[in-house]
Amino acid sequence: MTDDLTKLNSKQMAEFAARGFLRFDSIVPKKLNDKFLKEVGHVPLDEVNNPIEHYGKVMTSSAIPVLRPGSLLCDAYPKTSAIYDILNLPSVEGAIASLVGNKPIFDHHFLHITFPPKFYEGNQQKSQHYHQDSTIDPRQAFDVQMMYYPHDVTVDMGGTRFLPGSHLRIVSEAAIGRYQNIVGQQRMVCPAGTLLFLHMGIWHGGGLNMSDQMRYMFKIRMNPGERQMRLWDTSDLGNEHYEQRPIFWTGTDPGNEIHQTLMKPEPWFEADTGRLEMMNRVRFWRYLLGDNNFDVDYWLTRVEREYT
Amino acid sequence: MTVTNTRQQVLVLYLATSALDTNVVGWANYDGTGQNFHMAGDNDTPPYKNGLEALKDGWRLIQASPLITHIPGNEYRTDYLKYEFFFEKMVNLEQILND
Repeated sequence: MTDDLTKLNSKQMAEFAARGFLRFDSIVPKKLNDKFLKEVGHVPLDEVNNPIEHYGKVMTSSAIPVLRPGSLLCDAYPKTSAIYDILNLPSVEGAIASLVGNKPIFDHHFLHITFPPKFYEGNQQKSQHYHQDSTIDPRQAFDVQMMYYPHDVTVDMGGTRFLPGSHLRIVSEAAIGRYQNIVGQQRMVCPAGTLLFLHMGIWHGGGLNMSDQMRYMFKIRMNPGERQMRLWDTSDLGNEHYEQRPIFWTGTDPGNEIHQTLMKPEPWFEADTGRLEMMNRVRFWRYLLGDNNFDVDYWLTRVEREYT
Repeated sequence: MTVTNTRQQVLVLYLATSALDTNVVGWANYDGTGQNFHMAGDNDTPPYKNGLEALKDGWRLIQASPLITHIPGNEYRTDYLKYEFFFEKMVNLEQILND
């Protein structure tokens, strides 16, 4: 780990706790994007015969190593590789350290390539159903998936679709495939070099590539190497952050910025379970703070006021 | 096997509460006529503002999520979208193809 890493601030961390993602546009410089695409074996589209053959070439001859899960992320990639350089950008290393600690564990990686319609003539293609990766995972500890977009992603390329705020819902992988569209869903339309950090629980799916170019997305899943408590730059947490703000009869003061972030609803929240989402966000923030007394808007304190 | 010209169109709406007149938060379409193809992420705008609007447009409600007692110790867990309503329209295939 380098000494000049730039950690997340509390506002960013609260954003992650509430919505389950952080997006950094163009955080990877062009020279590394170009280096990455060259290393994986990107070629002009007219040199690709079919998706299976191209994938086969990339799988066998690209610079992406075949790795066993469970090793340290810092030892995973050759020091000459673009991925190593990307992981060691101060802001990227800082974001990873803030989320999963200084010694995160490599879980798996995959290069997703989606091909344009000309390769599928006569066959109806469809986007990937909504799903949650892996399997039912009720842990408070969380894995992070870093998605890297090495080139510009336009609307018609079908970039990753995801549902902000869905990460705390405990579902079973593809069981949510019935949900075709949900209010507030987002999809990645981004400039080259963008990174998207996702909580493992985020509902997501790949889009259909309707452009005339291949779309690449490289994903690394990483596990925490330590208890995820106050790993970010907490120097901006003021005392007011620990105090309850007035509720219902509030006056005009919106209160602490982190409280606002944690309590901002998503447009798809149901009327009653939306409140449960707020409670679960507070629980998640308590976990991250290591402080079981923290609350916002009295959601947990009220129901914890039990006498025996 | 008897082949009919009738086909089912299915609309699934996910609402904000158990009341049919509350807002749509999610949806899915499946068209048995084969005339329309729907898939995940194909639209960001709900087809109706609420479930009642779908009834007014001729959709027949065929199933609604039951309200389920909360399991002790699990009251605050969230998982699948809670208020799911299945609607159908039965349409004549010949009529559609001739329109």
